[in-house]
Amino acid sequence: MTEDEPGLHDEGQIATAGGAAAVNTPDSQPGLGRSWWSLAYLLPALFLLAVVVLYPILYTVVRSLFDANGSNFVGLENYGDMFTDPATLISIRNNAIWVVVAPVVVTTLGLIFAVLTERIRWASVFKLLVFMPMAISFVAAGIIFRLVYQADPDQGVANALIVSVHDIFAESSAYPGAGPREEAELSSVDGGFESTATYGVGDSVALGLVGFAPGDVSPDAVPASEPAAGDALQGVVWLDFAVGGGGEEGAIDNDELGLPGVVVQAVQDGTVAASTETGPDGAFVFEGLADGDYTLALPRDNFREPFNGLDWLGPALITPAISGSYVWIWAGFAMVLIAAGLAAIPRDALEAARVDGATETQVFRRVTMPLLAPVLVVVLVTLVINVLKVFDLVYIIAPGSVQDDASVLALQMYRVSFGGADDQGLGSSLSVLLFLLVLPAMAFNIRRFRREQS
Amino acid sequence: MTATMERPSVPQEELARQALGAPRRGVASRIASRTGGGFIQVFLVLIAIFWTVPAIGLFVSSLVGAQDSGSGWWTFLLEPAQLSLDNYSNLLSNDDLVGSFLNTVLITVPSTLGVVLVGSLAAYAFAWMQFWGRDWIFLIVIGLLVVPVQVGLIPVAELYGQLGIFGSIPGVVIFHIAFGLPFAIFLLRNFFAGIPRDLLEAARMDGASEWTIFRRVVLPLGLPAIASLAIFQFLWVWNDFLIALVFAGRDVQPLTVFLQSQTRQFGESIDVLAPGAFLSLIVPLIVFFSFQRYFVQGTLAGSVK
Repeated sequence: MTEDEPGLHDEGQIATAGGAAAVNTPDSQPGLGRSWWSLAYLLPALFLLAVVVLYPILYTVVRSLFDANGSNFVGLENYGDMFTDPATLISIRNNAIWVVVAPVVVTTLGLIFAVLTERIRWASVFKLLVFMPMAISFVAAGIIFRLVYQADPDQGVANALIVSVHDIFAESSAYPGAGPREEAELSSVDGGFESTATYGVGDSVALGLVGFAPGDVSPDAVPASEPAAGDALQGVVWLDFAVGGGGEEGAIDNDELGLPGVVVQAVQDGTVAASTETGPDGAFVFEGLADGDYTLALPRDNFREPFNGLDWLGPALITPAISGSYVWIWAGFAMVLIAAGLAAIPRDALEAARVDGATETQVFRRVTMPLLAPVLVVVLVTLVINVLKVFDLVYIIAPGSVQDDASVLALQMYRVSFGGADDQGLGSSLSVLLFLLVLPAMAFNIRRFRREQS
Repeated sequence: MTATMERPSVPQEELARQALGAPRRGVASRIASRTGGGFIQVFLVLIAIFWTVPAIGLFVSSLVGAQDSGSGWWTFLLEPAQLSLDNYSNLLSNDDLVGSFLNTVLITVPSTLGVVLVGSLAAYAFAWMQFWGRDWIFLIVIGLLVVPVQVGLIPVAELYGQLGIFGSIPGVVIFHIAFGLPFAIFLLRNFFAGIPRDLLEAARMDGASEWTIFRRVVLPLGLPAIASLAIFQFLWVWNDFLIALVFAGRDVQPLTVFLQSQTRQFGESIDVLAPGAFLSLIVPLIVFFSFQRYFVQGTLAGSVK
């Protein structure tokens, strides 16, 4: 619609903090605009700003000096409470982590993306994909990441990914959770099991395990049989459980499966003298063992629980997890601003440096980065202020039970004032704290604007 | 929030095009051509996948029936038959959801129109009218850009209680307009001030009133900035959660608040949550894709709250 509008297009100036506008500032044109008329234009805006924005700032400060329902003046008590209340201190700590980590990560990623996309043909597609999350709500993003962070690796894609990567490097154990029957001759040691009796060469040992579903045993397994006597130390490890019931505990019944692939160790005086693995029928043999008394051990590697990923939504990881979703949303913003900054760098400056023999790395560090610095500062400041006010993501992603651990100032303010506690005195003091924290940014904006105007 | 861009040496529209646009041979391309572009390609492909998978996960989950949700959504690659639109047709008979969708529209449209109207009037005054204290008042407006909405919650809630509009749509809308105004005035004033003075003077010579000048000259010429503003405000209000959570009563709650109320039983509610969330984000995405350029321009011009 507006592409061909006369006048503006050529100058292409959409507001840049008054930069372009300063060229013909209306100050120099007396006679334009009649004073009493201006009131009619301004009144609606000034009225709304005064009543809904300015007055609340003052009222919040006053309100923070009163108690929960506003009937008694309590001086600075709310502020005292605020800095001694563990819940608020956790929020302040979390906010501090957010402020230190998130803007830097987002800006760094934005810079990397902006620089690298200058190289590829499908830059616009890439930028669109990464920028897209900026358009959607934190609530929708929060639901997206609640899904991503589901604990069950069959539900959450984050855990599905790390579990499959993990399983490439560390094989999962064959018999997680299996163990001997109570009365059996095995006792639990360090996650594995060790025989209570000792054995010597020529002995045959039957080690029964339970607590494992026959259906989960390797399909190669065949029914176990009584260990044959032999002249080594030998035996069998089998699943002491008959499908369909029946069978005698501690005895190898028909059709009870041998457990293949179990590591069995012969231990003497606390050191492993020999180690072997069971065959398809669960049989094992220690060949060439010296005479002596050995205990038989089934080390814990046989029984390790499978790795199920990380507890993203648990108290320990919740803040990093939510920050991850924040990065997903905001990296596009940083990328687009930085890309615009890169595009604005005069080509001459870069060429001049190259002509002078600078390497590309030097050009980037000595020319590009300094010229880009103001943009990076703007991106960082924008993000810091944004992060100070982070609320929706935490409220949506953190399950109720870990909201205390994940809380941030804005969330704490809501919870204290409206979410049950209804202590609007304390809530107001939290608002004042938030307001004080953004004051430097307010000064930054005003100072910059005045500098550009003069 | 707002911080301001350094004044760039390239016209803003050009920047906007480049910011989301085609590659330019520059520093990076030279570094890349020496370190091997293949690596960069692969890296960026991985990043692009990384950025897309979470959203695809939501979309596929919204198509998977409850009975199939025992396995990961990615299994649809192996058995696409489990996908169906049942969840969506169920949504249509979910009165709470349909109602909250309508509420979102009822809140968003007047909030957007209101900000554009009130903001452009004030911006015109700040740009082209003489009045006492103009520059100081404008500085205050710039200062208000970063005020956190939290500051307004408690006082305005009390105020609304006295006025009897707490929990109503007008209350939510007024709050949105007021907190949208600093950005609106800031953005539009700077753009309006860039309109060539000759045009306004010529109109004035012809005897046009302020109102005519505003309507016939300033508004049409300011359309690109107004479009940016309208898109930002639309997305901001559509996506808002906190303000509606505090000020919208249960019967007028928008989609975001409804969805949040369903997250308490996340596992069981996924049949409603996934399609509901998709519904809530598809509208902003359509707006974003249709008006990409204005969105990026608005971002470059200074910011997001």
